[in-house]
Amino acid sequence: MLQRVSERTPTLPTDPPALAAALEATGYLPDEGLATAAYLALAMHRPLFLEGEAGVGKTALAHAMAEVTGRPIYRLQCYEGLEASQALYDWDFGRQLLHLRAAEAAHAAGAAEELDTEKLEASLYDRRFLLARPLLQALEDSPSVLLVDEIDRADDEFEAFLLEVLSDFTISIPELGTVRATTPPLVVLTSNRTREVHDALKRRCLYHWLQHPDFDREVAILRRRLPEVTEQLAREVARATANLRRLDLLKPPGIAEAMDWATALHTLGARHLDPDLAARTLGAVLKYREDTDRVQAMAGGALLGE
Amino acid sequence: MSERSRDVVDTVLGFARTLRHAGVPASPDRVEAMLAAVGNLSVLDPRHVYWAGRLTLCGGPDDLDRYDAAFAAWFSGEAPRAVPRTASQRLEPAISAPLAPGTGEGDDGEAPELATQASADEVLRHRDVGEMTLAEREHLRRLFALLVPAAPMRPSRRRRASIRGAVHPARTVRQALHDGGEVRRLLHHRPEARPRRVVLLVDVSGSMTPYADALLRFAHAAVRARPSSTEVFTIGTRLTRVTRELRLRDPDKALAASGSAIPDWSGGTRLGEVLKAFLDRWGQRGTARGAVVVVCSDGWERGDAALLGEQMARLRRLAHTVVWVNPHKGRTGYEPLTSGMRAALPSVDHFVSGHSMAAFEELTGVIGRA
Repeated sequence: MLQRVSERTPTLPTDPPALAAALEATGYLPDEGLATAAYLALAMHRPLFLEGEAGVGKTALAHAMAEVTGRPIYRLQCYEGLEASQALYDWDFGRQLLHLRAAEAAHAAGAAEELDTEKLEASLYDRRFLLARPLLQALEDSPSVLLVDEIDRADDEFEAFLLEVLSDFTISIPELGTVRATTPPLVVLTSNRTREVHDALKRRCLYHWLQHPDFDREVAILRRRLPEVTEQLAREVARATANLRRLDLLKPPGIAEAMDWATALHTLGARHLDPDLAARTLGAVLKYREDTDRVQAMAGGALLGE
Repeated sequence: MSERSRDVVDTVLGFARTLRHAGVPASPDRVEAMLAAVGNLSVLDPRHVYWAGRLTLCGGPDDLDRYDAAFAAWFSGEAPRAVPRTASQRLEPAISAPLAPGTGEGDDGEAPELATQASADEVLRHRDVGEMTLAEREHLRRLFALLVPAAPMRPSRRRRASIRGAVHPARTVRQALHDGGEVRRLLHHRPEARPRRVVLLVDVSGSMTPYADALLRFAHAAVRARPSSTEVFTIGTRLTRVTRELRLRDPDKALAASGSAIPDWSGGTRLGEVLKAFLDRWGQRGTARGAVVVVCSDGWERGDAALLGEQMARLRRLAHTVVWVNPHKGRTGYEPLTSGMRAALPSVDHFVSGHSMAAFEELTGVIGRA
């Protein structure tokens, strides 16, 4: 573990444009605001709170940042009922019990000395019996990137608990002592805004609202992530996706859907987007029957045109 | 050097004041964060200052437009735009004469003190709030304080220790470690019940004016009872979220605060469009999912009733229960004849009246059992 620390790139980007360039090298194309946000999160050791439509690249940013900084990434997927034992640490009770039984058996087999209960108890709460979960892992393996995904899905009790960990980056384990990160991890929290996250948590973070990329950026992203797709197809998919977003649909397609669509079209051997192919592959971009009905009722040209 | 940093601090503080004026809650710790952010970037580059502020001072997409406007105003040297006072002025009559229509000062003389409390309570409980005098409404306000809306419950994925239920391996083994490695008894856990989310959509258009205040008071009681699982929006010509304002303890202050947040008080109604806005921005993302959604409106739709029907069907698919509260339903001989009401009814689970205290008590029962 120690060796990996020294391998991690010590020189972090010194200004937002440098970070943007580094992110671009990994295949993630940020805009000015996002690059500044990520840079400040690194420089100020403040968590980055990303909100926006599904599929605009919130989670992808955390992975890209891990690649840029050369740090390991730990991901905590939130869901309702998430508890501290699934986020922080848990004791491996099964192994502890085995250890206890083994010690008893050794004693019974005739080890002459008295069974030292205190020593035995201390050996039960050894680090090797501790199962580290993402939050503890991220602090132990510092410096690291901690991705807390879809925080809006966890219940608010968990938010309060997270607040405590994020405010001083320490976790105290009663039986073992306190774990403190030598360098605070880069924390990225994402939210789809299914519910309002508490202000107290947001206040500790840098807040950034992610939007769908503009046309040129979207073409660039498609070209970058899917090099096998032709330039013309990428442009037409980006144009059609942008048109779909203007249609006031139940679920406007995100960049992830645009990528799925381009992949689907490419798999069918398309070199450019025609109305017939578009209609057949619409399931890759639109996920509601009402949306599909509406788009299919439109003339194909309206979708593909300027 | 210190001169210049002093300058930066002053500028940022002034900007934060402008921003607070514009309605963005730029609290002192956020301002401190902005100063730290500016310190990490270049003070002289306006784009850097813009992003440093936006990333630290804003807390939601609603803040962004206000931030942009305030930033442009402050850093281009324009006079900061004053907050439009009109909204709160419009509400003021509603504070002093909460349940508005026609009844003026004359009423006060006619209805002196409500002498015998118990029987007055009983009479008031069944009176139509739209036809009450000022003193009676004043009394009704006190009755609202006694209203404790019960929360509907739903099973949660979180589990808690229990005598019955599934075996909890971790707790059982932990207990066994305490007992010297011997499993002496099994410990159990089972799913906890959590309050189901309740979403209130209160129509504040002109035709609902006699009832809007009472409905908002009802909403305030609901929010105060379960602050984390209740959401309140007002609908009219636009959608306004007033949950935050209604969390204030004092009902009058809460109503005044939400009144100044509502720009379309006593305006027209475009129920279908506003409901669509609610579902797009909040409902579909999760606010309406599995929730008890209560629409308080007379169904007087100026827009397209077909759109309202479509959106109500969409709401029905997302929500656990849809309740429609129509104050006019309490009138004898009421028939749901308005086009909006007729379009909405097929997607409604419970159609109740909301015209009197007794009706509100009934409504809490409907919500609690949902």
